[in-house]
Amino acid sequence: MRSSELPLISDAEASVLATYFGRRALLGTGCVAAGVLTMPLSALAQAAPGASGDAEITVDQARTAPIPIVIPVLGGDAGQLVSSVISGDLGNCGLFSPINGALPVGVPDFGTYKSLGARALVSGTATTGGGGLRVEFRLWDVLTGQQIQGTAYTAGAGDARKIAHIIADVIYERLLGEKGYFNSRIAYIARSGPRAHQITRLAIMDQDGANSHYLSGGQWLTLTPRFSPVSEQLAFMSYANNRPRVYVLNLATGRQQLLGDFDGISFAPRFAPDGRTVVMSVTRGGGSDIYTVDLASRAKRQLTSSGAIDTSPCYSPDGSQIVFNSDRGGTPQLYIMSAGGGGAKRISYGNGTYGSPVWSPRGDLIAFTRIANGSFSLGVMAPDGTGERILTQGFTVDTPTFCPNGRVLAFCRQTAAGSGGAGFSSSIGTIDITGFHERSIPAVGMSSDPAWSPLNG
Amino acid sequence: MRLKLLGALGMAVFLAACSDDTNKGATTGTGAAAQTTGVTPGSEADLVANVGDRVFFELNKNNLSSEAQATLDRQAAWLAKYPQVTVQLAGNCDDRGTEEYNIALGERRANAARDYLVAKGVAASRITTISYGKDRPTATGDDEEAWAQNRNSITSVR
Repeated sequence: MRSSELPLISDAEASVLATYFGRRALLGTGCVAAGVLTMPLSALAQAAPGASGDAEITVDQARTAPIPIVIPVLGGDAGQLVSSVISGDLGNCGLFSPINGALPVGVPDFGTYKSLGARALVSGTATTGGGGLRVEFRLWDVLTGQQIQGTAYTAGAGDARKIAHIIADVIYERLLGEKGYFNSRIAYIARSGPRAHQITRLAIMDQDGANSHYLSGGQWLTLTPRFSPVSEQLAFMSYANNRPRVYVLNLATGRQQLLGDFDGISFAPRFAPDGRTVVMSVTRGGGSDIYTVDLASRAKRQLTSSGAIDTSPCYSPDGSQIVFNSDRGGTPQLYIMSAGGGGAKRISYGNGTYGSPVWSPRGDLIAFTRIANGSFSLGVMAPDGTGERILTQGFTVDTPTFCPNGRVLAFCRQTAAGSGGAGFSSSIGTIDITGFHERSIPAVGMSSDPAWSPLNG
Repeated sequence: MRLKLLGALGMAVFLAACSDDTNKGATTGTGAAAQTTGVTPGSEADLVANVGDRVFFELNKNNLSSEAQATLDRQAAWLAKYPQVTVQLAGNCDDRGTEEYNIALGERRANAARDYLVAKGVAASRITTISYGKDRPTATGDDEEAWAQNRNSITSVR
């Protein structure tokens, strides 16, 4: 794939945007509000009242109006597909409100788009030919009438969706000042068959649910895929040969390797931010210890030996700390320790038990599963344990995973089964870290264990 | 009338087949100790029918109740009687915990049962443990009764 700047009709640049589009912090959380956009003169975000529930939870429901953006059907034979993917990405993320409009010829008549209430406009063509694809894309600021971006992409004929995701990321970044996350994938576990003995397959799809395909057969129970942050590798747990262990799969070569030689069950893998080691949990007696395994040397290092269950380790994005789940204090709670082990400090103090912690790629939040009164919640808190907010609840919501810019979580949602397992469902949902824009990823069947990739290359 | 008779005969044949030792991999064993005849001594079916193949746990717990200990006592005696038999203890959880914590919790339960059997004289080398977390529920519903059934350690002949 190649991209080149299109000659600009009017030479507007990002400084223009700064006049119109600002960033602000979310109320009271200290987290950077990726993509929260307000006009300087627009009203402050309307804070909706917090959801009912435990008193200590403050649900930040900062609501912002989505940006109206005209996304016409682009010209060319692939225009319809490219437009629909861009529109789907921007609309589904909840921060944009795609509106239909005519594709402009030449310099757009901005008066028309203003009257639609639009703030930005996309124009361009997407044409296949000679085995390739060429997409010309322009982004316009409707208020100033200036071109914000103009880029031509050439790629393989089958790359229309990928180019569309890249364009959606460009739009997101130019209008919001934050990198997008649309050109990314989600690894997950595809489930089928009766609940008592479900067939589980490693699978992968684009973040919008397209291009889903299996990466493994269903012979063995397979769980918890996790992406390397820097390479085309997945760590996951497989019960191959009835020996549940952590494996690493190279997505480019298809080569799969056992990672670490342990007597106990190895599980709950996560890559370090540099991708060179994998941290995981290994059972010993009635507990489980946290280890790292170096991918190159296979050297093992034991980080905990509490005798309790220490599991679900996840690095901070700077690699200096690890958040994990432990019942060393009697019930499963969240702890943070140094990446070398030691200095563990409990950070979860709400009602109930906690698990499945995952550190935001921004570093400012830890997402988790909380279980209280027989019900599951998904929430976020600061790494020091303050500012806990519950984002969503359900019979089961678990295995949160952050999108590359930390703005959205994907997670597994399961419903309760009646007798015989009827009524049980397992699907992958997404939700904004503000607690808004919850949706489920369509087009894949029974599924669980989502793991968001870094941005695709 | 003839059809009914054939149906009854068919049922009798079916029942006989069920009690045959080919009926391995039973998934709904009990702790019942009533002697069932017609199974091969020392087999999985013998374990399920005459010994009790599983013990149950409280929510988030791995301690063995007196009932669980009685079942494991019978398993230890049975294993002493059939010294060639090796077993796998599979720990399971209800679905009221996180996926990863439950893998560890299931192993903790299997390990509790294993330790008890070893204390009762079963050679550790005859026992392997595994945990399926919450991914192999025996009871597929979601109520207290189903969850209680799913918090277990299941012994099977390897």
